[in-house]
Amino acid sequence: MVRVVLRRLSQLGVTLIALMTLIFFWLRSLPGGPVDALLGERATPQTRETLTRALGYDQPIWVQYGRFLRNVVTGDFGNSIRTGEPVADVISRAFPATVELALAAIVIAVGLGIPLGYLAARHHGRLLDNATIVVTLVGISVPIFFLGYLLKDWLTQGTHLFPPSGRISTGVENTGVTGFFVLDGLLTREWDASADALWHLILPAVTLATIPLAIIVRITRAGVLDVLDEDYVRTADAKGLRNATIRKRHVLRNALLPVVTTIGLQTGTLLAGAVLTEKVYNWGGLGTLITDSISGSRDYPVLQALILLAAVVFIVVNLLVDLSYAVIDPRVRVR
Amino acid sequence: MPLLDVRDLKVVFQRKGAEPFTAVDGVGFAVEPGQTVGLVGESGCGKSVTSLAIMGLLPRRGNRVTGEVLFEDTDLLRLRPQDLRDRRGRDIGMIFQDPLSSLNPVIPLGLQVAEVLERHQGKTRQAALRQARELLDAVGIPDPARRLREFPHQLSGGMRQRALIAIALACKPRLLIADEPTTALDVTIQAQILALLKDLVDRSGTALVMITHDLGVVAGLCDTVNVLYAGKVVERAVRHDLFADPRHPYTHGLLRSVPRLDADRGGRLHQIRGSVSDNIPWPDGCAFAPRCDRVIDDCIGATVPLTPTRRRDGALRCTNPVPLEVPA
Repeated sequence: MVRVVLRRLSQLGVTLIALMTLIFFWLRSLPGGPVDALLGERATPQTRETLTRALGYDQPIWVQYGRFLRNVVTGDFGNSIRTGEPVADVISRAFPATVELALAAIVIAVGLGIPLGYLAARHHGRLLDNATIVVTLVGISVPIFFLGYLLKDWLTQGTHLFPPSGRISTGVENTGVTGFFVLDGLLTREWDASADALWHLILPAVTLATIPLAIIVRITRAGVLDVLDEDYVRTADAKGLRNATIRKRHVLRNALLPVVTTIGLQTGTLLAGAVLTEKVYNWGGLGTLITDSISGSRDYPVLQALILLAAVVFIVVNLLVDLSYAVIDPRVRVR
Repeated sequence: MPLLDVRDLKVVFQRKGAEPFTAVDGVGFAVEPGQTVGLVGESGCGKSVTSLAIMGLLPRRGNRVTGEVLFEDTDLLRLRPQDLRDRRGRDIGMIFQDPLSSLNPVIPLGLQVAEVLERHQGKTRQAALRQARELLDAVGIPDPARRLREFPHQLSGGMRQRALIAIALACKPRLLIADEPTTALDVTIQAQILALLKDLVDRSGTALVMITHDLGVVAGLCDTVNVLYAGKVVERAVRHDLFADPRHPYTHGLLRSVPRLDADRGGRLHQIRGSVSDNIPWPDGCAFAPRCDRVIDDCIGATVPLTPTRRRDGALRCTNPVPLEVPA
């Protein structure tokens, strides 16, 4: 098991180097650039040249690439072109916000999705099952920005049930410890800060959870239906086992194998940044950072770091999925 | 009094948008305590569906089961589902065709044996596992203590089927139903499994219903044989009579289809033309008639009843049977 993890981590290194190269050249092949973005159209050639030299973009591309690689290896991603802060600071401020939102969405999606999918399968072909199929289809199809604004319009503007945007109300005291606002409040015993952050979290998390929820319901339903037809379930029946034992011991565990993969993939997607949801609710996470870094200023250093972070997240989540697979299914255990 | 008495068992599959299909059409047979009874026929003749209907393992929706399945005077078809559950695995054990898919891939073998003991004998996990080890030992699985912790994919095909036999016999049932238990196994393993089954049922006095398409299995194991065709019993006889003098043209054809070592090397193997799935163009009459060499007008006109023959335990459903002592 340890050997598998080590091997996968070394693969991670190779993947990252390849990816960094790709990003570096791909970003620079796009039309326009940070200099244009920062100075605007009416800048004089002199200022343009000064800034280009200051940012190091006058060097040959391979020199820039070499410097970029060296810096990344030493953990230095440079400074944001837009704000001048170190990239690490910019990202570490936004990352907890995204993690908090993504985790909340995944908890909703898994917590509702598995029981619903299971129930649908138990009622196969009947009303509940058909209703589930229709509702999940809608859940997958409705665009996030539409659903987001719809929820916002119903539940914040008119009724004031939820706050319309942001992560915490202005004026609420909260001390940053981890950057997860709900958790911070609990750690520092600022209960009202925690409650307020949770209050802000609900609508964005529900919005973000719809697609993974619908997918998890579907996969669970299909998995349970598949397993119910398996010979070993018939064997369990022939043993006279109680229905509850058969479901818990023989059906659910086998049915959850594909669900685990789905959860992993979805978690990766959510962690890499929920651009639309964050935009709708003005949630200052990675999604917001991505859009700002592209549209405002072509902020190469931040973008490079963000894409790398997304890659690392995906690879680590996949590794976790594989490991959890080995725990659930003895057939994939490596001797 | 028979241990199991199946009377006029009928299974009709009713699927939405499809014609109802009668898979089992009035099957009846009896099993005395300790007796081994064979159900023989080609694929699709209804023998597996019969066994699943006896056990109440057919899906509840989409099919209708009628008739009687008397197990010691209790009609299993009329038991409440939870009462039938109490009997399955305790009074009647069952083993299936494919030992790999019949075992749960993600549960250690030990628990798969132990859970049936926990369920029916109220044993604790620990006591059940201890007994599971003895059971695995009794079916000839080497190093049973280690095997308890292993998973099905780590066992060979023969060992998996031995484990399934151990599960089916764990609670010492009075009846064991074996549905093609050797079909998925290598020939050498088949003989071992059959010998093991014979040995176990002989020693424990368990009655055995053996479902097979393999006449060799019948010859080696069964006291009485029921030949099924298109959901009906077409001939019943004690083993010796069946092999010496098959009366139904279908049984006759089946026996002649078995390759023989002492036959002419140049001679063609006998085959029954057509297949069991061929459509039968008449509602009554004999289902085998389209494939039969001895078909006469009476075969097609009216329903042919299963009538007792003069032989012990014999019965036949045929208007123009093969005469006794077939001329060579």
